[in-house]
Amino acid sequence: MSVFEGFRFRHITSPIHNRDPRIKFLFVLAMFVIAIFFTEFLPLLVLFFLPLPFVWIAGVGKQWLRSLRGAVFLASFIFVFNFVFGYFYRSYPSTTMLLEYSLAMTLRFLVLIESFSVFFLTTSPDHLSLALEQSHVPYEFTFAFTTAVRFVPVLAEEAQTIMDAQKARGLELERGNFLKRIRNYIPILIPLIVSAIRRSLELAEAMESRAWGASPKRTNLYVLKIKLGDLVLLALAVGLLVAGIYVRYFVEIPLLSTFLPQLPF
Amino acid sequence: MIEVKDIYFTYPTGVEALKGVSLTIKDGEFVAIMGQNGAGKTTLVKNFNGLLRPAKGEALVDGVSTKDVSVAKLARTVGFVFQNPDHQLFSETVEEEIAYALRNFGFDGATVEKRVTWALNLLDLAEYRKASPFMLSGGERKRVALASVLAWDPKVVILDEPTIGQDHRQKENLRQFILQLNEQGKTVVIVTHDVEFVAECNPRVVLMKEGRIIADGEAKRILTDTTLALEASIVPPQIAQIFQGLTFLGFPSDVIDVSEAKKLLVEHFRGLRS
Repeated sequence: MSVFEGFRFRHITSPIHNRDPRIKFLFVLAMFVIAIFFTEFLPLLVLFFLPLPFVWIAGVGKQWLRSLRGAVFLASFIFVFNFVFGYFYRSYPSTTMLLEYSLAMTLRFLVLIESFSVFFLTTSPDHLSLALEQSHVPYEFTFAFTTAVRFVPVLAEEAQTIMDAQKARGLELERGNFLKRIRNYIPILIPLIVSAIRRSLELAEAMESRAWGASPKRTNLYVLKIKLGDLVLLALAVGLLVAGIYVRYFVEIPLLSTFLPQLPF
Repeated sequence: MIEVKDIYFTYPTGVEALKGVSLTIKDGEFVAIMGQNGAGKTTLVKNFNGLLRPAKGEALVDGVSTKDVSVAKLARTVGFVFQNPDHQLFSETVEEEIAYALRNFGFDGATVEKRVTWALNLLDLAEYRKASPFMLSGGERKRVALASVLAWDPKVVILDEPTIGQDHRQKENLRQFILQLNEQGKTVVIVTHDVEFVAECNPRVVLMKEGRIIADGEAKRILTDTTLALEASIVPPQIAQIFQGLTFLGFPSDVIDVSEAKKLLVEHFRGLRS
């Protein structure tokens, strides 16, 4: 469940935490778009290190690392699949190149994970819903979204409890062949889903009894305003995007594998 | 026998839940672990079956360290009934739910069948055999959860907050049931806030506060100790409160049992009349 830990907001303040969530999201989007632009290893490596200063300024290094650690399993999955399929379909002239490509794809996934992780680590759910509301997203959607985000750690904790309860009844998750192992998760998923549905029904009732949706036009105590720091971040995002497009179309990106000794298979 | 020696446990969130707890629970004992929220009660009992393993110190079940065995192995000896039955029910029928653990432990078909019937009868659930556990009431679901653990006849039964969400009749049934289990030689450990329930059961009480044990002894002594009660944020049982207010009439201050209270009062009034 460490992946979820890496997305869980904690109330601290830093120059990054104080930035307007809309601008932060634009920045993450810029990262996202550029990551999709490239299939080469080098630019993705640069992109990978790009959020590090933000992580450092925000002081969320530990949680950020945890989200990366949580992503390792999926990342290795992506690497293996890219490599194996690339190998069997002979889509690359040499194995070294294929290796570089597979690594690049893995890195792309990590870039996406890390940038979203920084975003969620430094943006409070309240700010997020404010940002959505002020972007004229209907309140019902905003609310559904923030509630979903808010309940991720709760569900993660609940999943842990359920796992404990089933282990106490002799469940061994790691036992058996591949199919059996997947089946081992049924006793965990069913209670989790049932309780999530139950919880949402209860939540809906509790909210309706507190007059949810009583007034069509909502006002907010806090209103987001773009400050100087936000403009700087926005400039950075635009600069990043422009630089990414420029490099994509006007710079020839060197492949590492052309400098490396070729693998013998 | 369950033995923990000077165990420490800290959750990944940084909460220090246990700070040097030592406790021995002998076979056939009936122990209630009490204390306010966050005192470390559940954390402690989770160390009894290896769900949590001490960061420092040692937890032994029948002399074997929990570090060396899987939870599934320990579960065979130590049955753990979780607070919320909804955290474990998943089968289509009550029967299947109870059979689940038995199959995990590798009992053969005939034994599973026999044990399921036994457990269903034990908890008065026979009529729900083919019912879906999700369609049952809260109290019934709790009984299914209990049956699903008792079915494999573990030597030790741990019940986490067994009285929550139960009405008085169910609580009384549960009390009878626990006492009966204990009389049959099972070690029973309950984690609870319910002072009245503990007073009626009269077990050995282990009182916890902030990750440490602050008192350990018979219920009568611990539940009526006002300084301890204050320290551990528990309220003495109502009977004890009444008798503590009546000490000026010569009543003892450590009464927690209804029948004892009745006897004392009758004696007192008889004395007044004659």
